[in-house]
Amino acid sequence: MKYEKTGVIDISQLKMPNEKQLKKGVAITECLQPIPCNPCKEVCPTDAIKMENINDPPDIDYDKCIGCALCVEVCPGLAMFVVRVRDDKAMISLPYEMLPMPERGQIVKALDREGKIVGNAVVKAIKHGRTNVITIEVDKNLAMVVRNIKVEK
Amino acid sequence: MRIEEHPILKFERERKINFYFNGIKMEAYEGETIASALHANGIKVLSHSRKGRARGFFCGIGKCSSCLMTVNGTPNVRTCITMVKDGMIVEGDKYDLPESFPYRKPIKEKIDVSMAIVGAGPAGLAAAIESAENGIDAILIDENPRLGGQLIKQTHKFFGSSREGAGKRGIEIAKELEEEATKKAKILLNTSVIGYYDKGYHFLVAANQMDGILYEIKAKKIIFSTGAQENMLVFEGNDLPGVYGAGGVQTLTNVYGVKPGNSGVIIGAGNVGLILSYQLLQAGVDVKAIVEAMPKIGGYFVHAAKVRRNGVPIYTRHTIKEAYGKDRVEGAKIVALDEKWNTIEGSEKDIKCDFIAVSVGLTPSTRLVQQTGAKIKFISAAGGWVALHNEYMETTKDGIYVAGDASNIEEASTAIIEGKIASLHASNSLKKVHGYDKKMKEYMKRLEELRSGIFGERAKFAKNKIYEEYYEIRENRRY
Repeated sequence: MKYEKTGVIDISQLKMPNEKQLKKGVAITECLQPIPCNPCKEVCPTDAIKMENINDPPDIDYDKCIGCALCVEVCPGLAMFVVRVRDDKAMISLPYEMLPMPERGQIVKALDREGKIVGNAVVKAIKHGRTNVITIEVDKNLAMVVRNIKVEK
Repeated sequence: MRIEEHPILKFERERKINFYFNGIKMEAYEGETIASALHANGIKVLSHSRKGRARGFFCGIGKCSSCLMTVNGTPNVRTCITMVKDGMIVEGDKYDLPESFPYRKPIKEKIDVSMAIVGAGPAGLAAAIESAENGIDAILIDENPRLGGQLIKQTHKFFGSSREGAGKRGIEIAKELEEEATKKAKILLNTSVIGYYDKGYHFLVAANQMDGILYEIKAKKIIFSTGAQENMLVFEGNDLPGVYGAGGVQTLTNVYGVKPGNSGVIIGAGNVGLILSYQLLQAGVDVKAIVEAMPKIGGYFVHAAKVRRNGVPIYTRHTIKEAYGKDRVEGAKIVALDEKWNTIEGSEKDIKCDFIAVSVGLTPSTRLVQQTGAKIKFISAAGGWVALHNEYMETTKDGIYVAGDASNIEEASTAIIEGKIASLHASNSLKKVHGYDKKMKEYMKRLEELRSGIFGERAKFAKNKIYEEYYEIRENRRY
């Protein structure tokens, strides 16, 4: 697999939600390898994460998933994201364990899976938890591209 | 060099004190080691070799000897694990031993105990807690100034099953274990076990160098949970101050809140290298590159993805050719490798950096258990020489146990269970433990679960090999 060489996933490897599911907002898992780990499954309030064996990577039922982002906060691998697409904008909830912390409404840099700046993002919500979850708004075409933010001091 | 703000850690610094380095007065905080205080003062060169090459510390956990300095007249003090004290006199380049030995006559203390546990990392702490639960008196000995081994530096969340506390950070697990063990077991810190003797019973000699105490410990059972040491890689300039083991960098950054430098190159893209890189980013350190000789990233993809999306490049099929700089690292030259592991001409990249962290694997620390006469064997999959043992962690020498990385390079969660298994088995052979079978079965099941899946295959293979060889020897002995 290419990602084993680069550390960057190819989006063709992700299970894509359909338009309706994306509109509602669903969790996207970027956990592909068999790791004995299950907190995402346990925390899911709608039982949307299928995992028969603890080594199985999570498989998300996009019809059941309500996009609550509890799995984003709990995932030890920081590999869960929630994506919601409305009109020409996408809301992305992502795990953030860096400094400085952004403020609500702040414009930050939107980064792709290689840490490259691909545009601006507006911070819409911050949830403080075991891992902080930041929800940002970006252009719709960046919904499956942006996976990190850079906050300027 | 001090980290003031960190997204996960809070550094509560104690009282400000002063110490002297080669006659120069410096500031430090109580509760930090001499080496970290020196780093905080910008001193990376701790001493020089007899040929004049600069020396800095490498491992940061008392296992190598590149941090040796003379402290208050005592030569060869490991400054990476010795706490700095007010008014301390620390000297670098004292080659000759003093004419008249300045040593005080040590205070001798005799200890008679059912179980001695050497090494207070996750395996040792779990073993101490387990023995207390079984009503067995135990003593836990560690040469570091703190309990917890390498767990106290792990700021990342652990994988695992929710029921077993997955999602907790290593530092949180360490704190829980530490609190419980402190309540339940007798603990000796800053104390190195320096020898084992078979006197018809198990006998250990341990020393607290700075306080001048010599312990003579008589024990019915001993568990060696002595951990592992960082592997070194051969390259030009690998002895320059600023070339550290990954664990040494973690100690500085996450335990003492001191940056190893402003920008670094990490050698090795296994889980340790990847996690370390992420921790450095959290500490505000620029990670210039991760260099990996294998064609693939060795660690988990999710750990790699975390550093990649923060802009850190990973060069697979690359290796470090040279660390350069005058008396300290100023840069690294890396080079691509072809399929036959030869360097590719013209592929050299020069990366400016002020430190290099080597994370190319670990070797089990077996020198103490070896002294007991337990059969040691080189098992490549286990990380090197290990004491053969059975599934209860008992070695070929009766009453001598191993647990954790000292018995096979693995990780903290399995080390904890192995510590419990060793301690439970040892306890039960001293005094019948109520509900032994059920408890043991549970531990075995948990261990199996942790090693399930493809990432547990190497560990499982190594363990089976170790058990197999153990039984071969035990059977031969019978006839």
